Order: sequence, then C-alpha cells, then structure tokens
Amino acid sequence: MENVEKPRWRLVKTDNPPFWVKPLIPVLALIGTFILTSVLILLADANPFEAYYYFLFAPLENQVSLLEVLVKSTPLIITGVAVTYAFATGYYNIGAEGQLYAGAIAATGIGMAMHGIPAIVALPLMIVGGFVAGMAWALIPALLKVKLAVDEVVTTLLMNSVMAYIVSAILNGPWRDPNSGWPQSPDIAPSAVFFKLIPRSRLNFGFILAVVLILILWIVMTRTSFGLKMRAVGLGKPAAKFAGIKVERTILTAALISGGIAGIAGVAEVAGIHFHLIGEISPGYGYTGVIIATLGALNAFGVGLAALFFGLVETGAQTLSRALGVPVYLGQVTQATMLLVALGMLLLQRYKFRRM
Amino acid sequence: MYIVEMQKVTKIFGELVANDHVDFQLRKGEIHALLGENGAGKTTLMRILYGLYQQTTGDIFIDGEKVTINSPKDAIKKGVGMVTQHFALVPPMTVAENVVLGYTDSFVLDQAAIEKKVGEAADQFSLDINPKSIVRHLSVGQRQRVEILKALYRNAKVLILDEPTAVLVPQEVDSLFETLNRLRKDDLSVIFISHKLDEVTKITDRVTVLRDGKSIGTVDTVNVTQKQLAAMMVGRDTFGVTRQTEINPDNKKILEVEDLCALDDKGLPALKNLKLSIRSGEILGIAGVGGNGQKELAEILSGVKSPTSGVLKINDKNLVGKDPSDFSKMGMGRIPEDRHEGVVGDLTVYENLALEHLDEYSKNGFLDKQAIRKNAEELIKNFQIKAKPSDRIRTLSGGNMQKVLLARVLSRQPEVVIAPQPTRGLDVGATEYVRQQLLEQRSRGAAVMLISEDLDEILSISDRIAVIYEGEIVGTINAQDATPEKLGLMMSGALREEA
Repeated sequence: MENVEKPRWRLVKTDNPPFWVKPLIPVLALIGTFILTSVLILLADANPFEAYYYFLFAPLENQVSLLEVLVKSTPLIITGVAVTYAFATGYYNIGAEGQLYAGAIAATGIGMAMHGIPAIVALPLMIVGGFVAGMAWALIPALLKVKLAVDEVVTTLLMNSVMAYIVSAILNGPWRDPNSGWPQSPDIAPSAVFFKLIPRSRLNFGFILAVVLILILWIVMTRTSFGLKMRAVGLGKPAAKFAGIKVERTILTAALISGGIAGIAGVAEVAGIHFHLIGEISPGYGYTGVIIATLGALNAFGVGLAALFFGLVETGAQTLSRALGVPVYLGQVTQATMLLVALGMLLLQRYKFRRM
Repeated sequence: MYIVEMQKVTKIFGELVANDHVDFQLRKGEIHALLGENGAGKTTLMRILYGLYQQTTGDIFIDGEKVTINSPKDAIKKGVGMVTQHFALVPPMTVAENVVLGYTDSFVLDQAAIEKKVGEAADQFSLDINPKSIVRHLSVGQRQRVEILKALYRNAKVLILDEPTAVLVPQEVDSLFETLNRLRKDDLSVIFISHKLDEVTKITDRVTVLRDGKSIGTVDTVNVTQKQLAAMMVGRDTFGVTRQTEINPDNKKILEVEDLCALDDKGLPALKNLKLSIRSGEILGIAGVGGNGQKELAEILSGVKSPTSGVLKINDKNLVGKDPSDFSKMGMGRIPEDRHEGVVGDLTVYENLALEHLDEYSKNGFLDKQAIRKNAEELIKNFQIKAKPSDRIRTLSGGNMQKVLLARVLSRQPEVVIAPQPTRGLDVGATEYVRQQLLEQRSRGAAVMLISEDLDEILSISDRIAVIYEGEIVGTINAQDATPEKLGLMMSGALREEA
C-alpha cells in the first residue's frame, strides 16, 4: 500500500527548547534584519556590508559619536521604562508620545520662570513638574479604562494627536518667540539647563536620570510588593482580583507612573538638548518606547540594552546617510524590521525542525 | 481487523514518559473507553492519534494500513475526528458556518446551500441541532453536538471524545449517550476518554485502562465491576474517606447567610432569598445540578461578586460590600472555583503563595523574599506539593495547582472554608487528598462549605446537605437521613424539605 507519506522536514512545536536557543535569538534577529534591510540598502545604491559597518561599528570608533549614542539613547531609555510599567500591568499605553510633550511643556514653563533661581531648586522642580504633567495627561485614558472599560490603546493613541495640536497652539500663541517669530518658545533659564557630563559633548544629566530610572524599574518590579501586584494584574487579572489585589487601583497607578516617566523624557529633551520647546522635540520617542519595551521583554535591563542598541542604530543612520548618501530614515526602517524579526524569533523558539 | 491499532506507542516529553509502549486496538462499531487518572496518558495517546503530537516510537495502523499522522488535517483525511474539552467554535457564526469552516470546496459561500447540507447531515446522524442557530446562543451540550457534527461531516469513522461529560449537566449527559448509542448502530467507532467509572460502565463496550503512561489491560465492560476497574485504575482496592464523629449541636454558628439575592452575568436572577448557616466544626454540602446558582454563591462568598441584597455575616460581622482582601482578613478561607483563574500561571509557586497576603510579606513596600521563600518551602512540604518554589505555576498538574491553592488558604487557619467544586477534574489520589484536608479543617473547628455537583462527594464528607435549586435552598437535611434518591428529587425541584 502506497498510502504512507514520505518523510520531509516539518516545523514541530516543542515544549522545552534547548538552552542554547535563547542566547542565539539576538544574533539570529540581527542576521535576519540584515538580510531584509539589505534589499532596501541595495535599492538605495549602497553596499549593505558597508552600510552596516556605519550602522553598528562606525559610531563606536570615536568618542564624539560614542557619546552621541548615549545622548540618543537617553529619551529611548526613559520612554521604554515608562511603557514597561504600563505593559507589565496589562495596560497598553501607546500615549507616551503625548505624555512626553506634556512633560516638555511643563519643563519649559517652569524652566522659563527659573531666572535667578539656583539649579538645585530648578532641576528637581522641573523633573517633578514634568512627571506631574505626564501623569495628568495619562489620567484621562486611565480613568476611562478603569471606570468605563474604554480601550486604552485607542484613547492613549488619540490623546497623542490632541497633544500635538496643543503644542502647536502654544507655540503659535503665547510662547511664540517674540524675536524671530518662529513657533518656538523662549529659552529656559541657564540654571534650569541639565549640566553636561562631559564638556563639549551633548551628553548631560539626562542620561544619569535614565540610568537611575532603569534601576528603579528593576527594583520596583523584582523587589517590591507593588511590582508583584503589577505583574500579577498583568499576567492574570482574575487571580489577582481573587487574591485581594485591587486591580483597578493597580492599573490606574501603573498608568499614571507610566505617563509621569514619559513626561520626564520630555523634561530631559528640553533641559538637556533643546533648551526651549519646539514642535519637533520628539521624532516619535514615545512610539519607539513601545518597541523598546517589547524588545526588552519588559525587563529593566533588556529595556536598557534595547534602547542603547536603538541609539546606536540612530547615530549610525546619520553617519551612514552622510557617508553613503542614503536616506536617514533607513535607521527607523531597520529598527522596525528588528522588532518584527525579534518577535518572530521569540515565537519560533518554541518550534523545532524534524524530519518525519 | 481493527479500525485503529496503536502498537507500542511511546511518547517522551523531556524527562517525562507520557506513554510507555502502549498497545491499543479499536474495533469497528464499538464505544471504547480510555480510562485512567489524570496524568495517566489518555489524552496524550489520543492527541498522537489525532496528529496533535507525534509519537517518539511506535506504529499506528488505520484499517490495517500503517500511517503517519502529522497533523489533525492528516487525521481527518484518514477518518479520525476528535472533540476536545475546549471547543474550537467561532461563537458569532452559525452552526452551519462552523461545521463547514475549513471544509468548503468553492470560494463562494452559499449560505442556503450549506445550511441545507448541514441540516441533512444533522438529520442523517439524528443530531438535534438547528444549522441556522448562532453558536453563541447555544448551551454547552449543544455546542458539543456541533463539534460532533463537525467531525461526522468530515466523514469521521473514528470519533475521539476527550472527557465529554466534564462540561455537561446530567440531562445533557443522557442526551450525549443517546447520540453515541445511535452512532454505534451506524458502525461508527468511538473512543471515550474518561475517569468516571459509572459513565464508562454505562456506555462502553470495552475499556482500556492506562496507569502512569502504561496500558494495564483491555477488558469487556460487561465482565467487569466498577470496583475492579477502580482497582486497575489506581492500583489499589479502596478509596474514599472515613467519616468522622458527630458534631456538637451547641457549636456556634460562624457563617450566616440570609435573604441573599444576586444576578448572574447576563443580569438574570441567580440567587433568590437564599438562606443558610454553618456551625463551627461542620461541613455543609451544597448539592445541586450545575447552573442553579452555585457559581454566583461561591463568587459572593469569595468577595469577588456583590449581592443585590441580603445579609452575609461571619461571627456576626457584616461582609457585604467588603472586598476580597477584607474577606481573607475576617477569616474567610476562599478556594477559587476555577483553579486556572485562581492562580497567575506565569508567576512562580512562591509568588502565588504570597499573593493573598502581600502586606505580611513586605516591609515598607519591599518584598521580604526570604520570608516568602521560607513560607513556600514549608507549605510545599506540609501539603506535599510536587513542585519547586521557583517553578512557574502553569507547569504544575491540576492536582498540585489545587494543593497550592489549598495551602495558601488553609495554612491561615480560616474560620470559614469555602470550597466550590474543589475536586473537579482531579484524579482519585488528589481528590482523596482534598477531601481529607476539608475533614481536617472540620476537626480543627472551621465551618466548611462544600459546593459540589458530585453527589458521592457531598454524601461522603458532609454533616448536613443543603440542596440548591433555581437559586434557592429547597431543603437542608442531615447527612445520615440523605439518600441519593431523596437528594435527586430535591435537586430536580420535586421535593422541598426543611430541616
């Protein structure tokens, strides 16, 4: 009887992947990303290997661009941390972008009023102000979620557009630069500027802030009862409720912390990089934060590494663009491809090839 | 010749041998039970036959031909259909759409034509089901019928039913058995996975017993008693728990419920002026056919649902309007009805054990990890949980998961223990363990409420039995006056009795 099928290679689900699979994932993800983006790089008339040299190695070769990597990573670390708090609790905050701008507005407002006030007062005031503003902007979607079960993905996302118009209104109205007439606020007071960590670079106190936020995230998630409550709510709402955890309150708190920290990202950009408010303070850091939190698997150090890597790619994209004349957007394409490939890898690690 | 023959089938997951050289033969036109405790390897063996898993070694023959089954699609092509415990139906679609889903031969879907075709198939197999009904509106029993129809529509000659009665109420079980008897007359072969002895002896022609992944043997059902089957299944002769001494009627009433009313999830009345009380050192069994308000009662007594009106008191202190953590603090020991929803699967055993009393395991908001781990290690030892503290709880078996939940509640020595369906889905060993624990709580002086649809369970450990029918307690009787017949009448609403 010829009914028996010939053996061939098949993808079979496995419950316990071998130990060497996990460390292999980032490597394979990088290779996969390389292959996929090579097509685009070739279309842009450049050599993929050369391009990737500029992406990944050139920025590390001199101190100036190395520091620039850290500068570019700073807002990504902070928004990544912000999003992690929310996602770990099962609250899908896509609104870090708007919350970042809320923090930036507050930082600018406070910063402009700090003339003659010492930095020791000005800086904490700005950070707290940015945190509160980000929290306030996150409050409406969080309340809608907790009280009326309105889907937060939609509301937080739409709040970003609302915030974009508010920023535009402020910059074209009360804060329009009186001298130039540009939609740009006056500069903040010198005492409100984040001090430089290394002279003649852009690396500033914001990076320290970002590192501290990572450490706090790690401690909160692994060492505190509130962290455990957040994880319990995120991983199993009914069980958390049954065990007596106040689910709504936990979600609300996590959403507000998330918004507040995204606000601090705005503070760091105003006080560390721009020194005034402009409409383009963030090229989508809030959205990239979502990618970083996901790539970092909601783990504090994973988030830090993912943010550093994205900072590297972003710096490299600029070097690349200068050197080979390809569009600088290739950096963002690479980041997005990286996320898709990594997510695919995370899924595939539960499968194995077998001939049968 | 057998329609299905499995020879020396072995399945190894990591270090676990789920099936160990199992031989299994299915005759044409028989209902064949696959009997065994949870974890005996019944479902694994059938998942291999249905192509969900591949055997590590061993051969499968269908109609005498050696076959390789790599996917359910292969299995269906070869005439094997399976109805799992979790139905694979799309709720907003009609019965007809669900039945033909993935089995249509043209791009265009002619609603009227498929409804007619599915309707004819339902008539042919005498399955009482309207092809136009939306699946969402069907009861669990009807949905199961759709799943069976789905398999038969795909020309299944062999139908695998994985614990088909676990989700059904008794009336639905009867109607399922009628269906199976009819299908047997049409020469269909049925594999009936179960751990319920009475069902196996009632419906099947032959029984294959599995224990610890090995086949213990195949017997003709008519030649064997339930007791013999139980012995084959558990490897010992007796099971069950021993009754304790009489309780002192002067014991204090600890839990009091009066005029309790509540709505179900659809907003319909589920509890109507329900009244009951439990004394210290007493087990009150709540008997009743599923869906008569037991779920709502358990949820209210656990603090996760609010009643619309009524009194709920522990030691004369009001519980209405309190939240689950207040319930715990006031001495309510709450075991969740659905244990998978009672634990956070992706958290560890030690985290789940601490979850209900986090304020005790933290200082200034920081977790006292040492205390949490120590507590977990103690409870794992005392409650004989087969797990390490750092295991993710979803990797535990149902019985061990239930032990974790019991440990979390009972180690606090609560004054009231609420146990809704505490042995549902557990094997004989774990069931006995749970019942023994409840009896120990009773001797410790706790007031225990056992909500169960298993009459034998109610009869074996309750002191008093309250019967719930359509959201009311229709009678409370002492356990020694109770007979299955009397309870059966009360449960069907035919008899009311006040204690």
